[in-house]
Amino acid sequence: MPKLTLEELAKIREKTKRLTTIREGGEYRAKVCVHMGTCGIAAGARSIMNALMKELEERALGDVLLTNSGCAGLCSREPMATVEVAGQAPVKYVDLTEKKIKEIFEKHVLGGRIVTEYALGIGSEKTDF
Amino acid sequence: MTEAAKEKAFRVHLMVCAGTGCVSNHSFEIKEALEKEIKKLGLDNEVLVVTTGCNGFCERGPLLVVQPGNIFYQQLTVKDVPHLVEEHLLKGRPVKKLMYTPPKEKTPIPVLSDIDFFRKQVLIALRNRGLIDPEKIDEYIARDGYVAMGKALTQMTPEKIIAEITISGLRGRGGAGFPTGLKWQMVRNAVSANGGAKYLICNGDEGDPGAFMDRSILEADPHSVIEGMLIGAKAVGATQGFVYVRNEYPLAIKRMTIALEQARAYGLLGQDILGTGFDFDIKIVRGAGAFVCGEETALIASVEGRLGEPRTRPPYPAQSGLWGQPTGINNVETWANVPSIIARGAKWYASIGTPTSKGTKVFSLVGKINNTGLVEVPMGITLREIIYDIGGGIPGGKAFKAVQTGGPSGGCIPKEQLDLPIDYESLTQAGSMMGSGGMVVMDEDTCMVDVARYFLSFTQDESCGKCTPCREGTKAMLDILTRITEGKGTEEDLSLLQDMALAVKDSALCGLGKTAPNPVLTTMRYFLNEYETHIRDKKCPAHVCRQLNVYTIDEERCLNKGKGCDLCRRNCASDAIQGAKNEAHRIDQSKCIKCGVCFDVCNFGAVKVD
Amino acid sequence: MNQGKVTEILTKYQADESALIAILQDIQEEYSYLPKSVLVQVSKELNVPLSRVLSLATFFKAFSLKPKGKHPVHVCLGTACHVRGAQRVLEKFERELGIKSGETSADQEFSLDAVRCVGCCGLAPVVQVGEEVHGKITQTKVAGVIKKYKQ
Repeated sequence: MPKLTLEELAKIREKTKRLTTIREGGEYRAKVCVHMGTCGIAAGARSIMNALMKELEERALGDVLLTNSGCAGLCSREPMATVEVAGQAPVKYVDLTEKKIKEIFEKHVLGGRIVTEYALGIGSEKTDF
Repeated sequence: MTEAAKEKAFRVHLMVCAGTGCVSNHSFEIKEALEKEIKKLGLDNEVLVVTTGCNGFCERGPLLVVQPGNIFYQQLTVKDVPHLVEEHLLKGRPVKKLMYTPPKEKTPIPVLSDIDFFRKQVLIALRNRGLIDPEKIDEYIARDGYVAMGKALTQMTPEKIIAEITISGLRGRGGAGFPTGLKWQMVRNAVSANGGAKYLICNGDEGDPGAFMDRSILEADPHSVIEGMLIGAKAVGATQGFVYVRNEYPLAIKRMTIALEQARAYGLLGQDILGTGFDFDIKIVRGAGAFVCGEETALIASVEGRLGEPRTRPPYPAQSGLWGQPTGINNVETWANVPSIIARGAKWYASIGTPTSKGTKVFSLVGKINNTGLVEVPMGITLREIIYDIGGGIPGGKAFKAVQTGGPSGGCIPKEQLDLPIDYESLTQAGSMMGSGGMVVMDEDTCMVDVARYFLSFTQDESCGKCTPCREGTKAMLDILTRITEGKGTEEDLSLLQDMALAVKDSALCGLGKTAPNPVLTTMRYFLNEYETHIRDKKCPAHVCRQLNVYTIDEERCLNKGKGCDLCRRNCASDAIQGAKNEAHRIDQSKCIKCGVCFDVCNFGAVKVD
Repeated sequence: MNQGKVTEILTKYQADESALIAILQDIQEEYSYLPKSVLVQVSKELNVPLSRVLSLATFFKAFSLKPKGKHPVHVCLGTACHVRGAQRVLEKFERELGIKSGETSADQEFSLDAVRCVGCCGLAPVVQVGEEVHGKITQTKVAGVIKKYKQ
C-alpha cells in the first residue's frame, strides 16, 4: 500500500461513507419499503428486494434507504412496495415485477416522478409497531 | 469478509457490541448465530454483521443495534437469534420482547436514542462508539477520521495547534486536570538534551478500580487516540510516541496493535506523512501490573525498563521525561478529544461545560445502580442527573447513600450534594476529585467505614514503598480502620486517624500517597456517625463488617415458607447449621465463620443478619 | 527448561536491556511463571545483574516466581465488585478450590488470585478465568464456574 495523500484519504472517506451511511440516521433522498409478510414473500417480494439492492449497488447510492415491513394487508396485490421521496407523500405500488420496480426506481426514487400506472394510491397508514 | 465484500452495500447493518462486557456475555456467539441464520434465509447479500467497540450500556449486554432505524436489542441469547432474524430482517417486524423496558415500566423502547441512558449523553471522546468496527481503519476514516490530522499537518503551524487546544480549555482527563495546551507548550519550549528527540506518551495504565473508559476507547476507537497523538506530535515537535496499556486489557492491546499496523500501512504513521515531510511513529508498551505506574514519572520509568517508582517533580516530564528528553504525556481520553477540537474548532468545544471545565467527561457508572455502563456527559451536569436520569436510580428500592468518585485518590460524596454540578473544582471542594471518571454508587447496604478500609488496603498494597509517609502511613491507617471494622476501635482512634491522614496528605512523594487519605477524610467528614456506631455500639449498620454480624435463622419462616429446604446447611462453609429437610434449621454461633453464604442462598428470606 | 525458547524471546527484543519488562512478560506467558534458571539466563545474556531482574520480577503483579495453574482464576476486587460482594465470592472460591488466594492447587489445574479491577465494572462482581470474563458472579454461581474448567 503506497502512502496516502490528502486526496486519497478523501476518496477512501467518500467510498466508505457511502457504505456506512445507513448507520448514521441522517437524511435520505428516499425510502423504499418492500412489504414482506408471508404472502408478500410467497408472491415474490424477495426478488423485488434483490432487484432494489442491485440498483443501489450499481448506482453506488448511499442515500436511499431500503427497508422491509410486515404484511401490508392487501395480499391479492402483492408484491408491494412503498416509495417515499423526502418531503413528499408516500406512494404504494402493487403487483410488482423486477422490471416494474426498476422503472419505479429510475423514475420515482431518482427522478421524483410518480409512476401512476403501477401505483395503488398516494398516502400510507403509518408503519408504527 | 473478503475485500470484494467490503465494497458492497448492504441494506441493513447489525452492529454487535464486542466490548469486553458484551464479549464476556458471549456476544461473539451471538454474532456467529446471526451470520448463520442470515445465510440460512438467504439474506447474506443484504445484511451485514459488524462488530463494534463498547456501546456503553454494559448492564444490558449482549447488545445489538439494527441500522437503519437505530433499533436497540438487549440481553440476547443464541436462542433468540432465529426468531429475531426471521421477524425483523426477513419480515420487517421488530421484536418487542427483545427490546429494553425501563425498570418499573411496561412498554419497551425500540429506538436507542429514545432510551434515557443514551438520551442525555453528549459524545465527543466516544463519538464513534457502536458506529464503527474498530479493526477497520476505513470505517474510522468514513466518520471523518484523520481529517483533523490532515488539517493540522497541512494548514496549521505548531503554535496555531497549541493555541486551539489552549482556547478549547481541554484539561487532562486522567485525574489532575492540568491544562493540555499549557502542557504541550512546555514540551514545545523545552530544549531536548544533546539534540535528541522529543516524545509523546499515551497513558493507558487505567488503574483506578471502577473506571474503564480508557479501556473502552482503546477497544472501540483506537484510531481516535492515534490521530490525537499525531496532532500533538506536530504541535510539540515529537517524533516517537508510546501507548502504554495495562496488561489486564488484552483486547485493548490487540485492537491498538491492529490500528497501528493499519495506520502505518496507509502511511499515516511513519515517515513523510501525507507527503508533508512530517515523521512520527507509535509503539505499544504493555504494563506489567502496578497501580503506581499510572503516575507519570513511574510510568516513564517502566517504559525505560526500570522499576515503576515515581520520582520527585520538578523537573516535569515536559522538561525531562523519557530518557531525559522532553515528553508530553496525556491519558487516553484526553488524546481522543483532540481530533474533534481541531476539526470543529476550539470555540465549539469551549461552548460545552462550565467556566473552568470545558467539554465532556466520560464516567463509568457502576456499583449499586440500575443502568451500569459508560456515559459521556457535558461538564456541569449534576450528580442527580447522572445517577437518576441516566443511571435509572438504585436497584431494589434501596436508598442512595453516596457516590465515590476519583478512585483510591477520591472520596465519597453524600446525598446532600446530589445537586452538585460536576467539574474539577466542585469535586475537589467536596473533598473528592475528578480522577479518571469512576463513579461507584453506594446504597444503604454499603458500609462507609468498610469503603475507607477497602481503599486504604488498596493503596497500602499498591504503595511502591519508596517514601515513608505512604509506606508506613497507609499501613498505620489501615490498621486503625481494620480495628474499627472488627469492633475493636476506640474513640481516640478517630482523632489519630484524622491526624495521620492529614500528615500523609502533606508529606507523601507522589500523587498516590498524597491522595490516599481522601477516602478516609471524606467518609469521616460525611459519615462520622457510621464510624461512631462501629466504635460505640460494635455494630455495622449496613451489615458489611462481618466480625460484627450475627446470622440467625427465623425458624418459623424456614419451616413454613421454605419447608426446611436444607439449601443453607448444604452450602454452609463450617458445618455450623443444624437441621434436616422439612425441619427448621438453626445456626450454631460457636461454629459460624460469618461467610454469609446461608444468607445469599436462602430463597425464602429466612436467614437474618444483625 | 527449554533454553531455545528463551533465546528466541531475547532475539525478538534484540537483547535490548530497556525491553527487560517486555521480555519477562513473554517469559511469564510462555511458562506461566518466571523459572529461576531462566532469570539467570536472562541476566547473563543481557548482562544485567540478577538483582535487577529480580527486583522487576517481584515489583510487578504480572509476574510470578511460582508456577500458576492451568486455569488461573482472578477474582476482581475493584471498587464496583467490592461493593457488590466480591470478597465473599473470593472466599467461596478459596473454599471450593481448597486453596488460599495466591496459591495453586496441588494438581496444578487452578491458581487463585485477587486482582484490582479488570475494567469490566458494568458486570460486577466479575471473575476472570484465563482470558474469559464471567460477570455478575455470586457465591451460588462459583461451583458452576469451576466445573466448566474441570476435566
